Amino acid sequence: MSDIADRVKKIVVEHLGVEEDKVVEGASFIDDLGADSLDTVELVMAFEEEFGIEIPDDAAETIQSFGDAVKFITEAS
Amino acid sequence: MFDLTGKNALITGASGGIGGAIAKALHGAGATVALSGTRVEPLEALAAELGSRAHVLPCNLADAEAVNALPKQAAEAMGSVDILVNNAGITADNIFMRMKDEEWERVLDINLTSTMRLCRGVMRGMMKARWGRIINISSIVGATGNPGQANYAASKAGMIGMSKSIAYEVANRGITVNAVAPGFISTAMTDKLTEDQKAGILGQVPAGRMGEPEEIAAAVLYLASPEAGYVTGSTLHVNGGMAML
Repeated sequence: MSDIADRVKKIVVEHLGVEEDKVVEGASFIDDLGADSLDTVELVMAFEEEFGIEIPDDAAETIQSFGDAVKFITEAS
Repeated sequence: MFDLTGKNALITGASGGIGGAIAKALHGAGATVALSGTRVEPLEALAAELGSRAHVLPCNLADAEAVNALPKQAAEAMGSVDILVNNAGITADNIFMRMKDEEWERVLDINLTSTMRLCRGVMRGMMKARWGRIINISSIVGATGNPGQANYAASKAGMIGMSKSIAYEVANRGITVNAVAPGFISTAMTDKLTEDQKAGILGQVPAGRMGEPEEIAAAVLYLASPEAGYVTGSTLHVNGGMAML
């Protein structure tokens, strides 16, 4: 697994308090990992900080799963 | 009684009577304050009076870009915005049948839309800090209505509904959002009334007198305090009994 994916996973595990093995490629933050809509906003804020990037609101709305996040950040950084 | 040492507060309309009193109360409790308003001179004078821990950030609330930039400027000046007091407000009274779109829009823009923009602008920092206080200064007429003030009353009622909605969303992040609804307070806005008008209004106030800006500031200070952490989505009416809600 890439370095980016590891770092994203660490943030998701810490923020949502879920088991690491639940955080798989297609895992939806809301449907599978128990996040509410505000958690998804906070996750995006945490990603921005960790990776030093800016994620605009319209892009943030497309980041619904762990895989989405890794893909977006890989392309952005 | 309430200690705000280490907290940073942004107050709009700080050049006015109520805003100035709010700034003094929060500052007196130990907070650092950012004073915003359109008129620079009274803001500078207030900052000079307060001495340290006071910043002046002029802003025209009719200018969307300037409003969106204000929370960032405040955070740069103070380090963060932990307390936001949306106090700025204007009136453009007219009987409803003659009310112009422009009068409606100007009042809604400054009283309600700028409040929304500032609430949105401070949210990220408060979410990260897991602590925040937003206090929106509404008005008794937002609850009771007032002839000639359909625009003002709509904006002030809108602030209450918006405060409650935001309060729901962020309650479990340590952020509270409340409104304070002043009644008939002695300020420049009420000085414009004629003696007859004042006497008429006072007849409806069980306390038999106008309120003082410091009495609004005390309500804001309470809602800004750590002690008020369990109070959210509420409207604190400070009106001498004029409307018992």
